[in-house]
Amino acid sequence: MSWLLALPILIPFGTAIVAFFLRRTRWGRWVSIAGSALLLGMATLLMREVLGQGIIAAQMGGWQAPFGITLVADYLSAVMVLITAITALAVSTYAAAEISERQAYLGYHALFQVLIAGVCGAFLTGDLFNLYVWFEVMLIASFGLLVLGGRKSQIDAGIRYVSMNLVSTIFFLSGIGLLYGMTGTLNMADLSVAVDAVENQALLTVIAMMFMVAFGVKAALFPLFFWLPASYHTPSFSVSAVFAGLLTKVGVYALMRGFTLIFDQDVAYTHTVLMWVAGLTMLTGVLGAAAQSDFRKILSFHIISQIGYMILGLAIYTPLAIAGAVFYLVHHIIVKANLFLISGVARRIAGSTELSRIGGLYKTAPLLAFLFLIPAFSLAGFPPLSGFWAKFILIKAALEAELWFIAFLALLVGLLTIYSMTKIWGQAFWEPHPEGIDPTLKSLSPFTRTMLILPIAGLALMTVFIGLNPEPFVQFAETAAAQLLDPSGYVQTVLGVTEAVQ
Amino acid sequence: MEVLLAVAAGIMTAAAVYLMLARNVLRFIFGLVLISNAANLVIFTAGRLTAGAPSLIAEGAYAPPEGVANALPQALVLTAIVIGFGLFAFALVLVYRAYTTLGTLYSDEMHAAEPGSPTHTETTAEEAHT
Repeated sequence: MSWLLALPILIPFGTAIVAFFLRRTRWGRWVSIAGSALLLGMATLLMREVLGQGIIAAQMGGWQAPFGITLVADYLSAVMVLITAITALAVSTYAAAEISERQAYLGYHALFQVLIAGVCGAFLTGDLFNLYVWFEVMLIASFGLLVLGGRKSQIDAGIRYVSMNLVSTIFFLSGIGLLYGMTGTLNMADLSVAVDAVENQALLTVIAMMFMVAFGVKAALFPLFFWLPASYHTPSFSVSAVFAGLLTKVGVYALMRGFTLIFDQDVAYTHTVLMWVAGLTMLTGVLGAAAQSDFRKILSFHIISQIGYMILGLAIYTPLAIAGAVFYLVHHIIVKANLFLISGVARRIAGSTELSRIGGLYKTAPLLAFLFLIPAFSLAGFPPLSGFWAKFILIKAALEAELWFIAFLALLVGLLTIYSMTKIWGQAFWEPHPEGIDPTLKSLSPFTRTMLILPIAGLALMTVFIGLNPEPFVQFAETAAAQLLDPSGYVQTVLGVTEAVQ
Repeated sequence: MEVLLAVAAGIMTAAAVYLMLARNVLRFIFGLVLISNAANLVIFTAGRLTAGAPSLIAEGAYAPPEGVANALPQALVLTAIVIGFGLFAFALVLVYRAYTTLGTLYSDEMHAAEPGSPTHTETTAEEAHT
């Protein structure tokens, strides 16, 4: 059982090493796909175990908590690892056709797997300093992926992305130091107990705000999000898909974990701040998207506005709202990664991501148009797709908490989301191509076509499946929310655990 | 001693913020190095300073004697220094690369990834013919 918690981290690392040595050959991509498939299998086993037992934990190296490093998986962690594995499989399949031999030689597949290892580690760790280490693993891999190839725009984007993320790292690190100074522990379960014994609760709130800034930069919250739309449109499409799907969501996960497990003393203050931040994030994100004219830039701004919804769930802080946030998180990763993958195919066959320079995709590539409509409608919240249920739960929670204004804002942002999705639809799919060419999927070789369309179709299928069959997912999210709001089970599992990995 | 180190960390942070607000990205990097060391100092100080014995456990014993220094903050700082060094090395290379590719070190003169720039949605040649 303990190995089950370590393997989602070890498998991508192992895959990365093999892929690195095979980077000169054409085998690197297949190793990457196989590693991701293996990870998916392992994540499924982990999920089964968690569904059976509720929360599982393991002590690394045989050091008892709170002295050693604990790996722990509750419902939220397990589902995040599973969805990471699904995204990794989809993106590595897509990358097999997209990534050029030169990029593969520069180490694309190895960096990608290291990134996945970092993401899984961040979801599974039960130690705050270890979370910092996983953040850095993820960060250094993402730096490499972002500038891989070294185009001008990538370097420019890299400067913005790197500098902002390093600043967030400093906040995180200082917060950890101060929190350790006040409580004497960094084990998150132990912290959950220890913070209540701290005399100076006001100082604790100050530290909580440092963490909010640190995680807020990662999650791209208002007003800390500017690095995201400045960089996500520059790397290759598989890179931006995995960034869009997973990276900011690690920040959201850290906020959800930190502000339910550790910083739940002054909810009236911290979660009110989060509420305002969430509202402004939703609104600025969607307005930013409305002003853009590039496929990927529009999608980048939409990440921000969607992050607002998830943080809104955390800020309302009722069981239903947190459940909504968890559901939203899962739905969003699938949909967002998929939209970025689709934008890559559109670029391939129509020649650009600039909306004014492409068109005609609906007429000559109806399959792609159909596959675009599913995640786009889901993102905007059309029934019966997954986004509808996610928004429905959140807005219901807001109304139950009598937060009329924020509920209105959430609905308004949904409406504006439709506006920019229509903009993409109208210009890229409906209008004829400005250069008079007919973009068609047949212009791609059969191998490329299969590898590009397969993950897109798979993710779209999942969106439809969740949409048509939301009941088990909502129930799952409700259990996850119950676990988050009552950390006693988490604390007991971590501190009472005796089994050890030698 | 704690007060002295706290003041030192404060001064370092102030100097770092001043440097990081500069338009020159090289200065920003220098500020980053300074502030990450200030953060390390914060961890070190927050972990309580003890002018005690080294934290070594005698052979056969299970716990260190009373009054030893807390080894954990030192371990944390060590990890943070290593990670910070890696990130700094990357950032420095990136800045150098930005200088050679974009021809400037001033962040407000970097427009290659912004709308309106010809390189905004550029593609590499190899990407175009695959």
